[in-house]
Amino acid sequence: MKDFANLIERLDTTTKTNQKVAALAEYFKEASEKDKLWTIAILSHRRPSRPVNTTLLREYAAELASIPLWLFEESYHIVGDLAESIALIVPNDQHDSKKELWEILEELIELKFKTEPEKKEYVQDRWMGLDYYSRFVFTKLITGGFRIGISQKLMTKALSQVSGIAEDELAYRLMGDWSPSSTSYEELLFGRNEQAYVSKPYPFYLAYALEDSLEQLGEVKDWSVEHKWDGIRGQVICRKGEVFIWTRGDELVTEKYPELATLKDFLPDGIVIDGELLAFTNGEIGLFSELQTRIGRKTLSKSILSKVPVIFKAYDLLEFQGKDYRKLPYLDRRKHLEKLIEETPHPALHISERFEFSSWDEVIAERELAREKRSEGLMLKRKASTYQVGRKKGDWWKWKIDPLTIDAVLTYAMRGHGRRTNLFTDYTFGLWQEKDNGSKELVTFAKAYSGLTDQEFAQVDAIIKQTTLERFGPVRSVEPTLVFELAFEGISYSSRHKSGIAVRFPRIVRWRKDKKIEDANTLEDLKALIPK
Amino acid sequence: MNRPDLLVFNAKGIYCPIAQVYIDPWKPVNRAIITHGHSDHARFGHKHYLTHHSNIPIIRHRLGQINVEGVEWGEKFQINGVTFSLHPAGHILGSSQVRVEYNGEIWVFTGDYKTEPDGICTPYESVACHTLITECTFGIPAFKWKPQEKVFDEINLWWDKNKKDGKTSVLFAYTLGKAQRILKHVDSSIGPIYTHGAVENMTDVLRPQLALPSTTQITRETINKDLRGALVIAPPSAHGSPWMRKLVPYETGTCSGWMAFRGARARRATDRGFVLSDHCDWQGLLSSIRESGAERVICTHGYTDIFSRYLREIGYQASVENTQYAGEKEETETKESA
Repeated sequence: MKDFANLIERLDTTTKTNQKVAALAEYFKEASEKDKLWTIAILSHRRPSRPVNTTLLREYAAELASIPLWLFEESYHIVGDLAESIALIVPNDQHDSKKELWEILEELIELKFKTEPEKKEYVQDRWMGLDYYSRFVFTKLITGGFRIGISQKLMTKALSQVSGIAEDELAYRLMGDWSPSSTSYEELLFGRNEQAYVSKPYPFYLAYALEDSLEQLGEVKDWSVEHKWDGIRGQVICRKGEVFIWTRGDELVTEKYPELATLKDFLPDGIVIDGELLAFTNGEIGLFSELQTRIGRKTLSKSILSKVPVIFKAYDLLEFQGKDYRKLPYLDRRKHLEKLIEETPHPALHISERFEFSSWDEVIAERELAREKRSEGLMLKRKASTYQVGRKKGDWWKWKIDPLTIDAVLTYAMRGHGRRTNLFTDYTFGLWQEKDNGSKELVTFAKAYSGLTDQEFAQVDAIIKQTTLERFGPVRSVEPTLVFELAFEGISYSSRHKSGIAVRFPRIVRWRKDKKIEDANTLEDLKALIPK
Repeated sequence: MNRPDLLVFNAKGIYCPIAQVYIDPWKPVNRAIITHGHSDHARFGHKHYLTHHSNIPIIRHRLGQINVEGVEWGEKFQINGVTFSLHPAGHILGSSQVRVEYNGEIWVFTGDYKTEPDGICTPYESVACHTLITECTFGIPAFKWKPQEKVFDEINLWWDKNKKDGKTSVLFAYTLGKAQRILKHVDSSIGPIYTHGAVENMTDVLRPQLALPSTTQITRETINKDLRGALVIAPPSAHGSPWMRKLVPYETGTCSGWMAFRGARARRATDRGFVLSDHCDWQGLLSSIRESGAERVICTHGYTDIFSRYLREIGYQASVENTQYAGEKEETETKESA
């Protein structure tokens, strides 16, 4: 455990990727096979399911620190991270735990099935027995979500240095349906377990955003264009008479999309298709927000299945007749894909239409249609490109449409986290709505906390402190005086929001010092942006 | 019995109505008692300043030719029948708490303070009082300082490793206080120590009062390769400025209480964070309040709402007053003293 905690600390204390890779490689060289396997699992989001809920963790911590729960909660709000708050607040003076990482993880798997008093005793005992950093890491293993700037790519790079296996091959091996209890380090990296390979997806090829002008991409005839659909990127695998659906987040979601289950009766064996899971309501492409209503559900009722049916929009063919097609040129892969879908029509399997243009102006014109076609913009793919591993520049580019924007009024502010804790940096915004009696009121419609410079945050903070109306814990309502331009990606009706509208990825574009609050937009203006 | 408040908070600062004197006022006044030299406490424009002797060179350096009078620790002086005295606050060199006594009623304003002796300034002394006005910059239980020896061991190890890697170690610290504390305690046998102009100027002001290792200011003439393996002390505002170019290749470190938070390190984009503060941690605040024997506590800057609520729960009569003191934040002092 100590070695793993040291690794996390080293990863956490450097911002340089080469140092992160070096730290990982060093760790992989020294660690036992069991610890290595668990480390790979944790860094690729395969931690055991949460054995204790966070409410209990807070209670255990406040009790151990002899402070009231509210004080723990306030401190947690300021620190911003539960595991870190616990590591900072809980006293510790024993430091005698010599447990290995794998032992702790096996304990955590067992812990899930224990009684509440047993859980409390175990967790408090571990906290007391670990030093500050190990305690932080231990709690993170329970709560999940290490945000230490280690992408799968960096981990693969380090592991490649130690194992001698090429990065792309390794990325492929580490994908799919495995867990430390189902395999060993040796088998994962060097073995060939046929069963595991039946469901294994390929690493996704991801695009960077287009930075340069279109002309710098060269000749338009070398490029194929399609829309970038706004759903969940995924792979559909048909092997040995079974269907598997994987998302880009390396999550197996087959059960969640029953409309795709029958693909096994349509498609021949040995097929992997890259594409997008999309809501498809009333015979047309739906919004991401509609798809979202299905994602979180544990059980899918008949009504939700009929209300938000899902289709798979196919982009690319990665495997055909059991053969890896990724090294074939894009255009060849597409030809096979188009033929396949044409010959085996399935109601939920659609092809993502591909365009070829004779001038860049036509590409620009197609992008203009994105909102109407319910896409996020365009994908530009070099016709000769192979299907690569991970995010790579050069052959694929995404070219999204500009975000929607609106001018809104700041109505509430909340303290930031960490060093920004004395600053109000998380804002709630409202738009004007006319009431029945003709007067206007501000209706909350979005929250945003990024997009200003440190200097602007400080200025806004000062104004918030001067114009505070009421305090609710860390939140303050303020007299409306400030107007900001907000940008967002998607917009849709929502019954869960007070304004009746949900926007996606709202953020601040600029502070409109030139505008008075009366000049801000109305809720009607926002509604006009919703695609018809 | 309802006794009048010895100190009140008005638009100009903390005010003693009987003596007609301000403590650390933020607007120009006739008479000001100054707790210490940081710019949010010692400001321009007062007609008469009173402070501890050792703070005089500091505020003269920052504020120029001011009319200032110095007193000793514990030396009692009367103004309009009110008895005042200054007592060590342990925050930075020359930092004081202000004790105010009238008709047997005693109030103390801590200014900024810390309970751990830092080897630089006269250590904090508990002063018995009825009402304590305290800062609470780090007034939540998430702050728990390590003994400074441990932090300096970390800094020395970091410097030594950077030196072996052929890199310059750049430490960001306040020019007044933290910079000298670092100079005093780093292992100067590891290599030469260089400074940013702002740090060098302030350190020169304090040298007559402190035994510090020698430093070299980085100038246009400084040769890049001489800096390899050296320690450079610079104000936080130098981070990311063109001034840093000369120091390549370097590793950066920041010394601040906020470095206890992982998020703070990440946002500062600093390679290393060293948790070193000139303010009290949670236990430091609680123990000093306890030792003062005060029944009433007024919290000025920091996590005032949370801290005072906790104090009320454990039996104090605690309230919050707004001031314009900033606590521990990044200073932008380069302009002032470069």
